[in-house]
Amino acid sequence: MAQRKPPHPERSPQGEVEGRTSGDAWRERIGRVAAPLAVGIVMLLGWEALVDVNSIPPYILPGPVRVAKTLWIDGPSLLGSLWVTLRITLAALAAAVVLGGLLSILFAQSRLLERSLFPYAVILQVTPIVSIAPLIIIWVNDAFLAMLVCAWIVAFFPIVANTTLGLNSADRNLLALFRLYGASRWQVLRLLRVPSALPLFLAGVRISGGLALIGAVVAEFVAGTGGAETGLASRILESGYRLEIPRMFAALLLLSFTGIVIFAILSWLSQRLLAHWHESALPHAE
Amino acid sequence: MAPGAFVSLLGPSGCGKSTLLRIIAGLVPPSTGQVTRSDEGQAGAVGFVFQEPTLMPWASVWDNVYLPLRLSGTGRSAARARVDDMIAAVGLAGFAQVYPRELSGGMRMRVSIARALVTAPRLLLLDEPFAALDEITRFKLNEDLLRLWRAHDCTIVFVTHSVFESVFLSNRIVIMTPRPGRMAAEVAVDLPYPREEGLRTAPPYMERCRDVSRLLAEAGA
Repeated sequence: MAQRKPPHPERSPQGEVEGRTSGDAWRERIGRVAAPLAVGIVMLLGWEALVDVNSIPPYILPGPVRVAKTLWIDGPSLLGSLWVTLRITLAALAAAVVLGGLLSILFAQSRLLERSLFPYAVILQVTPIVSIAPLIIIWVNDAFLAMLVCAWIVAFFPIVANTTLGLNSADRNLLALFRLYGASRWQVLRLLRVPSALPLFLAGVRISGGLALIGAVVAEFVAGTGGAETGLASRILESGYRLEIPRMFAALLLLSFTGIVIFAILSWLSQRLLAHWHESALPHAE
Repeated sequence: MAPGAFVSLLGPSGCGKSTLLRIIAGLVPPSTGQVTRSDEGQAGAVGFVFQEPTLMPWASVWDNVYLPLRLSGTGRSAARARVDDMIAAVGLAGFAQVYPRELSGGMRMRVSIARALVTAPRLLLLDEPFAALDEITRFKLNEDLLRLWRAHDCTIVFVTHSVFESVFLSNRIVIMTPRPGRMAAEVAVDLPYPREEGLRTAPPYMERCRDVSRLLAEAGA
């Protein structure tokens, strides 16, 4: 068959990058990991040296070695607190995915509904969560639920905004084709709009993952240290009050690490789901 | 329009060829007048091929071709033979599980044609389907389209702005004027089928191309 070559000859169906030696690819991969790692090590060494040379007391600025030690010693109790924060985060993210997704589908069904409700979603989004968290904590009796609501409010908007955009940006010609074949509303939604929205939905979920963690932390800060179970944010506050700065750093480290892990997992998931077809999941062409 | 005809709508961009095609398909309501189709708008009676391949990027070639049958409620196993046949008929056997982005422009257009033919429509509408392809691919697809048309025995309305393409393919050419889009002339092309590659350089073909070009020029294009 006299066919043209595929439009991207550098990409084979397996998504491998052709036309370059594997040595080049390896060098690039090492560079991607090694360069930021080197910067990190240099900064940590500089930090330790700064603390040592100037004999800065640990309640002002602990060195990284001290932070690592504290993390090791307080690890078990900090991990317990991490679990409390993580539970709120994951529950809020799940609620944001489910409710955000459903709300977007509702919006996609009726322009009127979208026009009437979307501004309120925006208002909820632009109102700083710190300022409404106290209200929510007063209104909702259960502490876990109150924090969940706070984290959810922060997390759900990117999902709604992105998914609504995605559902509405299905290819016009494909929509016409579905109409030509007499597709039902449900078929259009399931077979066309939802797959079209998937990349944007996943991008929204990735943003929301980080925001849910931030929301959970903010809610804990506002709720204070009361209650039987204390999350990581409360531990940071508490350590701050007691001038246990190394523990504060250790908790902070755990929190950042958690955020990175959530982002990495969601990115991986997105990559997997879009691997076959979406441009964003392709290896970068030079 | 006679059943089994291959009609080309020929005219410059913006003369309403595509709109006319969409009106025939029932996608756009006409502002005046009406279109009568013997199938009475039954789903699957019309196949439509757009300017772009318009495939679902998240679905394999097989699933893209299966789409019209799926929308009409045909199960996978019931549709299997029909979809497989259609993929083979457009020369893509072995590519069923491949995703559109791994295909070339010409191959994507073949998938689009297979999808349009899978319901065995009485009427196939094509809206400048090969305009974005290189000439070598276009010529090959022209011949394959003729072969498919003869094998499937359907009526084709083909929108194009290429004189050579319209003469090569159709047995009737409707020439349209630009702004406002009107029918300027109608030409019967009496070259016998099957028409193959050799025809492109044959004097009778050239002669008809010249005639049609002149008519197109007279129409003010």
